[in-house]
Amino acid sequence: MTKKTSTIAKPKADATAARPDFSRAPVNAALTPAQKIDLYRTMVRIRRFEERSLRAYQAKKIGGFLHLYIGQEAVAVGCCSLMGKHDHVITAYRDHGHAIAVGMELNPLMAELYGKITGCSKGKGGSMHYFDPTRNFWGGHGIVGGQIPLGTGLAYALKYQGKKGAAMAFMGDGAVNQGAVHEAYNLAALWNLPVVFVIENNGYSMGTSQARSSAGELAKRAEGYDMPWGQCNGHDVYEVRACMDKYLTLAREESRPSTVEIDSYRYRGHSVADPDNTYRSKAEVEEYRRTKDPIQVFEVILTAEGVLTEALMEKIHTDARAEADTAADFAEASPYPTVEDIQKDVYWEADHPTERKSQGRLFFD
Amino acid sequence: MPQITYREAIRHALAEELERDPNVVVMGEEVGQFHGAYKVTEGLLAKFGPTRVVDTPISEAGFIGLGVGASMLGVRPVMELMFWSFYSVAFDQILNNAANVRYMSGGQINCPIVIRGPANGGTNVGATHSHTPENVLANHPGVKVVVPATPYDAKGLLKSAIRDNDPVFFLENTILYGDKGEVPDGEIIVPLGKADVKRAGTDLTIVTYGRCVIHSLAAAEHLAKEHGVSVEVVDLRTIRPLDIDTVLASVAKTHRVLIVEEQKPFASVGSQLAFMIQREAFDELDGPIHRLATIDAPAIYSPPVETEQLPNPQRVIKAALEALA
Ligand SMILES: Cc1ncc(C[n+]2csc(CCOP(=O)(O)OP(=O)(O)O)c2C)c(N)n1
Ligand SMILES: [Mg+2]
Repeated sequence: MTKKTSTIAKPKADATAARPDFSRAPVNAALTPAQKIDLYRTMVRIRRFEERSLRAYQAKKIGGFLHLYIGQEAVAVGCCSLMGKHDHVITAYRDHGHAIAVGMELNPLMAELYGKITGCSKGKGGSMHYFDPTRNFWGGHGIVGGQIPLGTGLAYALKYQGKKGAAMAFMGDGAVNQGAVHEAYNLAALWNLPVVFVIENNGYSMGTSQARSSAGELAKRAEGYDMPWGQCNGHDVYEVRACMDKYLTLAREESRPSTVEIDSYRYRGHSVADPDNTYRSKAEVEEYRRTKDPIQVFEVILTAEGVLTEALMEKIHTDARAEADTAADFAEASPYPTVEDIQKDVYWEADHPTERKSQGRLFFD
Repeated sequence: MPQITYREAIRHALAEELERDPNVVVMGEEVGQFHGAYKVTEGLLAKFGPTRVVDTPISEAGFIGLGVGASMLGVRPVMELMFWSFYSVAFDQILNNAANVRYMSGGQINCPIVIRGPANGGTNVGATHSHTPENVLANHPGVKVVVPATPYDAKGLLKSAIRDNDPVFFLENTILYGDKGEVPDGEIIVPLGKADVKRAGTDLTIVTYGRCVIHSLAAAEHLAKEHGVSVEVVDLRTIRPLDIDTVLASVAKTHRVLIVEEQKPFASVGSQLAFMIQREAFDELDGPIHRLATIDAPAIYSPPVETEQLPNPQRVIKAALEALA
């Protein structure tokens, strides 16, 4: 089975074909060796965190869904590494990568999975609902496509407040078929809002391939709204950065929205408990792992550049494993929220009783 | 004191809040150049310009969601739904996003957004345009729901709503837009969650809100003159937070209760009230709690029949006499 059978879809950029050297893109050429290592380290930390979380899930420490990002790390890391002070991020439920890429710490992220009060959302959001407004990260949203109007609103707020920034609103390839996404496209284009709609095309929405769910090319739908659009490979973090830099600059400098489709692949089931053999073959997954794994691809590049050594690589992996283990220990040792905590964080006013202006009963039994 | 309409009262609240806080933005379909589908926002575009008073396409999910997102960054959008009935196409944005984001973020985020517009039957616009979703909205912890009956309350409550740091859903009434009442110029604030005894009485408590307050007051007048009964009318004004104490105090005085609401009966606001009253004032009751609601069917078009489907003074009188029997 191939990833896509649609005859309309353009051929994927072939990793083996001659491609532009994205290391020379100004945004990459400007990176110091330390910054390059940071990109690599962040991808490794995401992967180790998720592998550790998978083990915790299998040990029944984590409830509900666990949508792993493994295989897609270069997308979040590439995009979020371009963030400035006034740039914002919002995404769907497959949010661990973005959370780590914006700089959230592993302890509260793992604790959130465990449903502990020390979690980033105090155990109230879970895997799909990570948030950290202090790092301009606005979730973590469970309804397919529902976050895209919110991301458009972040861009609207930036423009309204006269801040020079951009919002990145991430969605999957399945989300492009939601009406709210199109309403958001139209508003963004109509009002020239500084938003980049990022379609992380991992080829499947749950068990449905792109060819079985979407007519035409995904990013090209932007043309209907007169929005610039682009496509790039998501397994090369340099390529992601080079491509996104262009559209982020367009947003920041000219307040123009755009849609960028980044091709990627997930290795695990949609959620980890989901069957993974009804819609794709093991061979297909293996082929991706072998030729396009974002961490390996970057390892090869950085080694060739002389930035990464075998020893440093070892250390980064060992440290990341240890960090993920520490996070799991932290989560394990942390307390759960109490029954009293259930009704906290519902109303701003209830959480700020001295500033409360309304009267009457807010909660009912 | 100047007499102004309910519509003007809302407009004044919007204008004063736009003036007071540069973060306030009024947004919706036809709110600017067209002066508002019900002329509520008339003149605001001319006064505040297109950055503060923004016309949107017909994209409720899109623009309501955009407002919620902007509110997370501190903009205070006041969104107009041409009819609250159209909330259904933005349901996800309103009740998954606005209502839940604070909770799911463990209290890191709040959404100071107001969504306002008319929510009522009685104008012969059929079932799709006559929804009264206050019960559905109020079922979601995290949101506040306001239904003003008079110009004074409309102005004072909307100003509170705009200053509130939680999402507030403000349900107006097209039939009340032209009603006049005394409203002082300038700053008036009616806190959310405070009921108002609109008429004092001793024999029966009518608990109500929105346009049914007007019906209940007319009925109370008639009941006093023709039947010699003294009816107390409690206007909830806000559905959530709910001022149950004012209701209970009235019940302790009259010992009989009639709930009047423009709601379909099943799981209505009145259902919640009845539960709370029996739970918290069981010993005060001299009879079962009565309720007058909309006749349980989609809103009928037929003009004379729609009047009968909804609560009206005649139906309130009949229900009150039953509750007193
Ligand atoms: C409105 C809505 N419908 C259905 C679902 C169930 N669901 C969750 S994820 C998903 C697939 C989405 O795929 P895609 O957008 O490609 O994102 P990916 O999972 O590949 O990251 C579905 C159908 C949902 N969460 N929300
Ligand atoms: Mg997908």
